[in-house]
Amino acid sequence: MTNMKLTRRDFIMTAVKGAAVAALPLSAFKILSPSEAKAAIKEANVRWGFLVDTHKCVGCGFCVKACKNENEVPYDVPVTRTWVERYVVLKDGKTLIDTPHGGREGFTEQKVQEKDVDPKNIAKAFFVPKLCNQCENPPCVQVCPVGATYQTGNGVVLVDRTWCIGCGYCIMACPYGARFFHPIHKVAEKCTFCYHRITKGMKTACVDACPFGARKIGNLKDPNDPVTKIVMTERIGILKDAFGTKPQVFYLGLDDNVR
Amino acid sequence: MKSHVWRPLWVLLGVIALALVARHFVVPSDFGVGERGFMYGFHRKSNEDDWKAFKVKYLTKEYCKECHEDKYESNMASKHNLIECENCHGPAIDHPDNPAKLVIDKSRALCIRCHAKLPYPTSHRGEIKGINPDEHNPGEECSMCHDPHKPDME
Ligand code: HEC
Ligand code: HEC
Ligand code: HEC
Ligand code: HEC
Repeated sequence: MTNMKLTRRDFIMTAVKGAAVAALPLSAFKILSPSEAKAAIKEANVRWGFLVDTHKCVGCGFCVKACKNENEVPYDVPVTRTWVERYVVLKDGKTLIDTPHGGREGFTEQKVQEKDVDPKNIAKAFFVPKLCNQCENPPCVQVCPVGATYQTGNGVVLVDRTWCIGCGYCIMACPYGARFFHPIHKVAEKCTFCYHRITKGMKTACVDACPFGARKIGNLKDPNDPVTKIVMTERIGILKDAFGTKPQVFYLGLDDNVR
Repeated sequence: MKSHVWRPLWVLLGVIALALVARHFVVPSDFGVGERGFMYGFHRKSNEDDWKAFKVKYLTKEYCKECHEDKYESNMASKHNLIECENCHGPAIDHPDNPAKLVIDKSRALCIRCHAKLPYPTSHRGEIKGINPDEHNPGEECSMCHDPHKPDME
């Protein structure tokens, strides 16, 4: 009974501690409020999507050159936001694949990976431009421990350079190898669909650079957009469907050899 | 309440309180849940504007037309009309203020990006008129004999 006695000293101490805890800034917990999170999810009327026609690509590499210059990715460092792969499928079923410098200087040699290829043995050969798929379910965003990478309301995945700590989780998480470490800014780097251009009504630098219309960008929420029309009516493919990432870069003439 | 057993708990609560107060000052106020929800949309809102403010460098043919009309007209009337000027001359950026002149690249490497013959069925590359760079006038600049803007040979 007696040990339940409360001295004046104990009372004051407890009261002060209690008040301190109660005075914690409630705003610090704001991020976890589910009602606020729900209210923030609005229906956007723009969803950027991309269409690649592999029949049209000739492997000139002007898209890679333009992308690097436009987005200040150092030209001579072997990293790039977009690249072009060459597939040479031989009649015996073997497939040769290469992308010298990401296709930056185009494909000017018949040799693939230093090996001569006899034209008579080629069953089919083609070029496949690649870039970030701006996935509907981007795994790279899920793994970011600090909230430095995110998806905008119109579907583009961006990196906040001031907030990225350069841990590299997102680079490992991307199944398409579309992310890399920026050699100057020392943060994760990726294709932004040229966010500074598309939000001004321009096309991406790679789309403008492509002479043959192998690359197109459009608004998938607009049924009259040329890209949307093709995506809705033609037979299109996406990369690594089984991963469930829901890529928003669509391919015409995608071959089974392309992963 | 006087028991030493409680002390670590008070220390812990103190640390948590300090961390939350620090967080309040360190994290920018526009950090929050965006349109794509907590899983994909948790970010600093003003970063979207940072990206929008990035410098545009490639301005396309329509821009060159103003001042280099002769080149534009001859190029548009040729089989090279589908190629952007800036693919060969580099990004305009603030040309003619900065840079005052654009690059003139007379290298063979520029042309053989498309014209080195690659016999590729099912690819448009196989349909472009190709040459073998090792045999077609090696060592000479292509523009000595072909007009890069209007290469048509009739
Ligand atoms: C506002 C007018 C203007 C526009 C627009 C413009 N230029 Fe120029 N350009 C100039 C001037 C002026 C010069 C300098 C001519 C000189 O000094 O001989 C120049 C020089 C050049 C040169 C170098 C010529 C030489 O003889 O060295 C190239 C190449 C060139 N421009 C390409 C382009 C391209 C490609 C575009 C479109 C992306 C473009 N220009 C847009 C005004 C313009
Ligand atoms: C296929 C590549 C290519 C394209 C596309 C191209 N150029 Fe050129 N341009 C060249 C080359 C190569 C030269 C150097 C010509 C020479 O040596 O005679 C040149 C020279 C020039 C010059 C300066 C020399 C002169 O003859 O006055 C200007 C200005 C110019 N180009 C503007 C343009 C404009 C404007 C366009 C777009 C309408 C354009 N170019 C498209 C390759 C190209
Ligand atoms: C010494 C002059 C000369 C030089 C240099 C030259 N060519 Fe030619 N080129 C010709 C002539 C002449 C023809 C037309 C006759 C022929 O087919 O050989 C031609 C034809 C072509 C053709 C059309 C081939 C066809 O199947 O109809 C292409 C493409 C071509 N050249 C590209 C180039 C490229 C690219 C370069 C630089 C790497 C280049 N030429 C350098 C003179 C030249
Ligand atoms: C982006 C790809 C590309 C580049 C780079 C390019 N060309 Fe062409 N060139 C073409 C296309 C497409 C044609 C249209 C005819 C065809 O399909 O062969 C063509 C046609 C030609 C022809 C044949 C014209 C005819 O009447 O048949 C010549 C010659 C030529 N180019 C020379 C050059 C030279 C010289 C350069 C470098 C300054 C160059 N090309 C750079 C794509 C390109």
